[in-house]
Amino acid sequence: MTVLATVPDVTAGRSLWDDALIRLRRNKAAVVSIAVLALVTLLSVFGPYVTGHAFDKVYTEYTRVPASLQLYPSADQIAPAIERIALRLRAKPENIVIRDDMAQVELAAPRAIDERALAFFDRSDIFGPAGVVARAEEGRRLTVDVPIEYRRFLFGTDSNGRDLLTRTLIAGRVSLAIGLLAAGVGVFIGVIYGAVSGYFGGRIDDIMMRIVDVIYALPFIFFVIMLMVFFGRNFVLMFVAVGAVEWLDMARIVRGQTLSLRQQEFVQAAEALGVDHVGILRRHIIPNVLGPVVVYMTLLVPKVILLESFLSFLGLGVQEPLTSWGVLIADGARNIQGATYMLTFPAIFLVTTLFALNFIGDGLRDALDPKDR
Amino acid sequence: MLTYIARRLLSAIPTLFVIVTISFFLIRLAPGGPFDLEQPLEAAVMENLKRLYKLDEPLHMQYLTYLKGLLQGDLGPSFYYRDLTIAQLFAKGLPVSMRLGGLALLLALAVGLVCGVVAALKQNRAADYTVVAIATAGITIPTFVTAPVFQVVFGLWLAWLPVGGWNDGAIRNTVLPVLVLALPQMAVVARLTRAAMIETLRANHIRTLRAQGLSEFTIIKHALRGAVLPVVSYLGPAAAALLTGSVVVETIFGLPGIGRYFVEGALNRDYTLVMGTVVVIACFVLVFNLLVDIAYALLDPRVRYA
Repeated sequence: MTVLATVPDVTAGRSLWDDALIRLRRNKAAVVSIAVLALVTLLSVFGPYVTGHAFDKVYTEYTRVPASLQLYPSADQIAPAIERIALRLRAKPENIVIRDDMAQVELAAPRAIDERALAFFDRSDIFGPAGVVARAEEGRRLTVDVPIEYRRFLFGTDSNGRDLLTRTLIAGRVSLAIGLLAAGVGVFIGVIYGAVSGYFGGRIDDIMMRIVDVIYALPFIFFVIMLMVFFGRNFVLMFVAVGAVEWLDMARIVRGQTLSLRQQEFVQAAEALGVDHVGILRRHIIPNVLGPVVVYMTLLVPKVILLESFLSFLGLGVQEPLTSWGVLIADGARNIQGATYMLTFPAIFLVTTLFALNFIGDGLRDALDPKDR
Repeated sequence: MLTYIARRLLSAIPTLFVIVTISFFLIRLAPGGPFDLEQPLEAAVMENLKRLYKLDEPLHMQYLTYLKGLLQGDLGPSFYYRDLTIAQLFAKGLPVSMRLGGLALLLALAVGLVCGVVAALKQNRAADYTVVAIATAGITIPTFVTAPVFQVVFGLWLAWLPVGGWNDGAIRNTVLPVLVLALPQMAVVARLTRAAMIETLRANHIRTLRAQGLSEFTIIKHALRGAVLPVVSYLGPAAAALLTGSVVVETIFGLPGIGRYFVEGALNRDYTLVMGTVVVIACFVLVFNLLVDIAYALLDPRVRYA
């Protein structure tokens, strides 16, 4: 009996999509890439909440801190920082004692110290709010307890003193969102345009494809840069615009597929049954072109991310304080002489994502189109 | 063949015309003008400037004037580089971009073809996997990452080559930009060659050659002739793009090519500069597409043009 139970149910058919899924699972590079991409996505979406830094928080005390596991402030940073603040209080620091996360200092001044000015401690990035432990000499000598706020900058900080780990993750959010959004818009327009053009054929097809040819001949970068000039400061519109440029290939692919689908019996049967054009397009044409569409879309996402990075690199993309991998890489490239880590980490994230998306795209192509192998 | 070329060149004219028209009105639609500075100019000065550059005329008149100039080979004056005409700007920048792009193209073609052939011959062996891995990396890693990395490694750490600058085209200054430009193209050429070569090596005519006992070298020579076709059709647009310069590479290495003109022109609303760049790039694309078709006819005896 147990043997019988393990025999698969042979009557249950396998759809073409099931087949494709099985082939995709066998493709190691694609499976690993999906895992990597999922990881990058999760990190980008949830990471910024757990890094302990806001992506736009400026730590003036910690500009261009190199990437490391070290805790900041380091031991030799604390005393000078106290001295700096004491100077602003017009007091002399004496007997600085540093314990684990607390520093004690005696402040001596020729005149009584204004205790409200102790807020300077809290305002620096190194200390928390200071508390007065003892007063002597009519307020001219204060013993103050200052909590030290330790921070870690795993990826270092940029030239403004912002945590690069948080910024890299936020940038990932932006880059991935842009990639998906623009690719989605491009595929949406392309599929509908191509399907309509291929389905109706004849003169409509001629005119629609001539339009595509003309847009093709326009230098692509020119088009994008013009769009940036128009929508420059609007993040969402900008990438709707990029998507609106990226649909040309999609339209051509879908049109070609539709032309051959048009001749198939099931489309003619639907026509004979009196299904209207919109119904045929929606029920019969578009579902049948989804294979190449999915493949094209996975390959379009990295293209768009790259395009966004390229534009941001030129200073035409995402605006500060928001950031994207392209912005960070541009920043890193400018500071590469003294701060290599500023380029390294965003570049690793970008390249890993691009690799993963390309492998997934290739894997999907092999899985969905077995004759192409 | 000659009539074919003539016909193709003639048919390029309407395409060029449409491109020029669309670009002309698109850039004029953009908000702002070439003389908008942070501190607005005095009204009278602005008026005079506009009159000088004929910007006070109605748009369709400006368009006709530009077309007339274009037909006579006049790309107009630059609005931003006040003392220079667009033709002068290109005369200075285009040779730089073409030299870099040309060298990159040759390098990409040579290395890419060899790697692709080797990978195809050793399919599914170590050499093949290495080529495929490097090619994938070459395609994925963008130039704005490779360029600064090369600068640091070869310019600063090893100190073999200058970090940037043109230096009148000294060879030492061209090595890094050419390498950065060539890498992605090299990767694509290698991948295309490999795929086409694998396909061709299985073809009947190659099997016949094998059966005749010809040397491996002769067989490769014959197979390559067929395998090079997809590379050629890729190379058309790629060559046009390479020869007209790259914004990223020219910005990072500080080179005086024409790659930056596009972005610069669009940002400064230097209308004529943008238009000039569009025209130059479109001409390159059209010419190289024609060259590709001619090369096809020469390489593939099945393709005939009357």
